[in-house]
Amino acid sequence: MLLLDCPFCGVRPEIEFACGGRSHVQRPGPPEQVSDEQWSAYLFFQPNPKGLLRERWRHVVGCGLWFNVERDTVTHAVTQVYEMGAAPAETTP
Amino acid sequence: MQRYSLAALLRHGLNGHRGWQANWGVEQPQASYDAIVIGGGGHGLATAYYLAENHGLRRVAVLEKGWIGGGNTGRNTTIIRSNYLFPESAAFYDFSVKLYEKLSRTLNYNIMFSQRGMILLAHSRHDMENVSRWASAMHLNGIDAEILDAARVKKLVPIIDASPSARIPIYGGMNQPRGGSARHDAVAWGYARAAAARGVDIVQNCEVLGFETAAGRISGVVTSKGTIAAPKVAIAVAGHSSALAAKAGIELPVNSYALQAFVSEPVKPMLDTVVLSPATGMYFSQSDKGELVIGGGLDLYASYAQRGNFPTVEKTVAAMVDMFPSVGRLRFMRQWAGIVDVVHDSSPIIDRTSVPGLYINCGWGTGGFKAIPAGGWTFAHTIAHDDPHPLAKPFGFARFTSGAMIDEAAAAGIAH
Repeated sequence: MLLLDCPFCGVRPEIEFACGGRSHVQRPGPPEQVSDEQWSAYLFFQPNPKGLLRERWRHVVGCGLWFNVERDTVTHAVTQVYEMGAAPAETTP
Repeated sequence: MQRYSLAALLRHGLNGHRGWQANWGVEQPQASYDAIVIGGGGHGLATAYYLAENHGLRRVAVLEKGWIGGGNTGRNTTIIRSNYLFPESAAFYDFSVKLYEKLSRTLNYNIMFSQRGMILLAHSRHDMENVSRWASAMHLNGIDAEILDAARVKKLVPIIDASPSARIPIYGGMNQPRGGSARHDAVAWGYARAAAARGVDIVQNCEVLGFETAAGRISGVVTSKGTIAAPKVAIAVAGHSSALAAKAGIELPVNSYALQAFVSEPVKPMLDTVVLSPATGMYFSQSDKGELVIGGGLDLYASYAQRGNFPTVEKTVAAMVDMFPSVGRLRFMRQWAGIVDVVHDSSPIIDRTSVPGLYINCGWGTGGFKAIPAGGWTFAHTIAHDDPHPLAKPFGFARFTSGAMIDEAAAAGIAH
């Protein structure tokens, strides 16, 4: 069971949350200038690291708010939690 | 290769079974090969076998980081089926079922394929409409399927609670009678033995650390047992595809997740088919040893840890105990997870890569076991001809740019 530290509600078990996938994925634009290859890279070809991953989680049955988590995909250790719109602290993998 | 038969068994029995030979494996790889397959799971071993058998390549090596069949091939729930929605998938997976039907004879190795049927449950009027659409799609693709009413489900699966007061109501379902299960280790071992008999070197405990290129083409691999030269290198490493492909500078449209399975203590025969409930995310069958082999949905966040978390276990088991009250007091013997490589459209990738001479077979997600024979067959063709096999053509990288996705997410059985 993962324990996630919601920035608004505190530490709660993973069943209260939903994972929304990678954070900081930039949508390319403006749309009419984006090639098929760029759309493809944006939609499908994103890093799938064996190690540190920054992802979005939502506290579905709590405050309902989104926040960012940096987590190791092998050990599941959470290395930092930060709010949406905030920049992550640099972590050396 | 020593052929297996009743006569051979009797003959060796008279000699105290001291005459059996080792079936595969070399300690040290040669300095060069015509083709190298990375990954000694079902897909890698089948690819090597068909490279030798169908395409006449003799100098082939399979490099396996751990032991053969120790990854997802040894971690899945051994279900074989071809109940897919779209023509491309139906053609591919039914080809696989047909190869499975003959595989014990082809490989001279009993893979224990039991076509005991695969029943999908419908729990509402809407589920029944979906089942009807699904079975009709299968019929259009030339694959047999039957729609079941609630009474027929109860007859085929007597342990199910189909009473009017059932917590999870049973409206009916759908059966693919040719579906079933096989022994997963036997599939890996059977392909390994047949490939080795055709000259394929199977090297275990040999991790690939990197790739070598010359003039933009692949020229070999760097391994924990030294550098090996080869003009063709094929990747078949399931959940770790992204990590390995990255070493060749290739990014894949894949997400890695943990998928769990569980086994109960063995009991007397209580279920002679495979039963799956898409709505509650649970399926199980009974192994020949009597254990219930149970699967559920994914742990829905990225993971490379070959272990799952408890909420998925609880959800799966809760659904099972609701529908099959008689299993409520069984104990678990084992629980484990494999790392599955999920693509956005839940369909695999079999293709060349941007590096000439480097090929990839990945993206099987939660359903690679059933695809082993067809995956190996079409991947071997793709490698030998440097051109995708017609059945594999729709499953190339081009679809991520063209938009011609084969969106089987709806037909994956369990909604992952």
